[in-house]
Amino acid sequence: MPGAPFPGNQLKEYFRQTGEVWLFTVRFFREAIRRPFEWRELLHQCYTIGNKSLFLVGMTGFIMGLVLTLQTRPTMEEFGAVAYMPSMVGISIIREIGPVITALICAGKIGSSIGAELGSMKVTEQIAAMEVSGTNPFKFLVVTRILAATLMVPLLVIMSDTISLFGSFLVEHFKGEVSFRLFFNQIFRNLTFGDLIPATVKTFFFGFAIGLVGCFKGYYSREGTAGVGRAANSAVVIASMLLFVIDFIAVLVADIFYDL
Amino acid sequence: MEPLIEIKDLYKSFGENRVLNGFKLGLYEGENLVIVGKSGSGKSVLLKCIVRLLEADSGTLKVLGQPIPGLDQYTLDQIRTEVGFLFQGSALYDSMTVRENLEFPLRRHPEKINSQGVETMVLNTLRSVGLAHTIDLMPEELSGGMQRRIALARTLILQPRIILYDEPTSGLDPITSKEIIELMLKVQKEYQASALIITHDMDCARVISNRMIILFDGQNHAEGTYSELSRSSDPVVQAFFK
Repeated sequence: MPGAPFPGNQLKEYFRQTGEVWLFTVRFFREAIRRPFEWRELLHQCYTIGNKSLFLVGMTGFIMGLVLTLQTRPTMEEFGAVAYMPSMVGISIIREIGPVITALICAGKIGSSIGAELGSMKVTEQIAAMEVSGTNPFKFLVVTRILAATLMVPLLVIMSDTISLFGSFLVEHFKGEVSFRLFFNQIFRNLTFGDLIPATVKTFFFGFAIGLVGCFKGYYSREGTAGVGRAANSAVVIASMLLFVIDFIAVLVADIFYDL
Repeated sequence: MEPLIEIKDLYKSFGENRVLNGFKLGLYEGENLVIVGKSGSGKSVLLKCIVRLLEADSGTLKVLGQPIPGLDQYTLDQIRTEVGFLFQGSALYDSMTVRENLEFPLRRHPEKINSQGVETMVLNTLRSVGLAHTIDLMPEELSGGMQRRIALARTLILQPRIILYDEPTSGLDPITSKEIIELMLKVQKEYQASALIITHDMDCARVISNRMIILFDGQNHAEGTYSELSRSSDPVVQAFFK
């Protein structure tokens, strides 16, 4: 077919991109430990990433808790296991649903915004302007954003989990007359470090992946404004896919250490 | 006299497309050198090679006596603080106020902060481009001409010895263009910097240049003062003066 890309070229492009991502990651670690540190920009990015996602993540978490409890309750009632509702909901939210759903929301919100911002800075030559003023744009723009995403996503997940459990409590309270104390006692009695630690540790990797992909796509965006759109879009798609891969690896590793 | 910028036999290609084909120039202290060429003739590529935003394929490229290709990052950054670059689209940081735009390079090069302190330096530089009142505005609140002036102020704040202008009047109306040209002359005197100006605005070239080079097919096609070149019978040169 005329004009169709040769599969060999696609494969070559795939390996080229993989190599570029690898070099980008290595450069991130190298620059992150080298002075001077951009503390002010890091704090600014933490505030931007955390604060701007707060409402969306909180809202999603609340609805997630409500829906999960509302949908599970009839089945649990049918089996006479309604007393296990708090622990069942608690474990599923803290271990899996909370981190993954929140990270996916963050991939959409944070990943796309980083990709679009850096992409537009690239095409309007703002990154080049930083470079010619003798400043390291990678350190100022990329390192701070990746670190901020790595630090903020776990906090957003913890907040989302908490709000989600509160949503779940509301359903249990109105449908099963369960008190606040009983509900949370039940949850914490059945939670172990094996539930908490891997679930929290993997969120750092989620944040890192979201920041890294967003920055990579934005920093190397090409072809004008259309390229900026593509950078934002592919940042979300690739980061979302990566989250599931990381989640799968995290479950495998946690299984080895905690014998889940 | 040693040139501030010395270029000999510079070559740069993008794939099969050879953009610079053995170009050469020397920029001397206190000089305003204008390079004229049609669109796509490699003028902007040349400027980007000088500050190593692009790597030249081969040739000699020295800035302030230092060979730019192969220079380590630290020395390159030090040289970059001596070479101001005014981008065609201004390239102001759109998430920062005018004040932050000017403070940005200064805070990263504290050795450039003089006894007046950052705040006074920012204000004085803004005054020299006539826009001190815009200090707390965002770039999006400024007109195209004002953005160009602020970009020039950001270039000047590090007190460079050389200023590279990439199409300083492009996209501006004739009146604003004239104001920018006058401003360039004013700051040139005030800061005593040499300038390398890329343009196809012949009014700009006439007013500001001490010397001109016509860049054609990636090579030096003709060289001389504005009046010398305007009298040339070469059809390529004449095409720029019509």
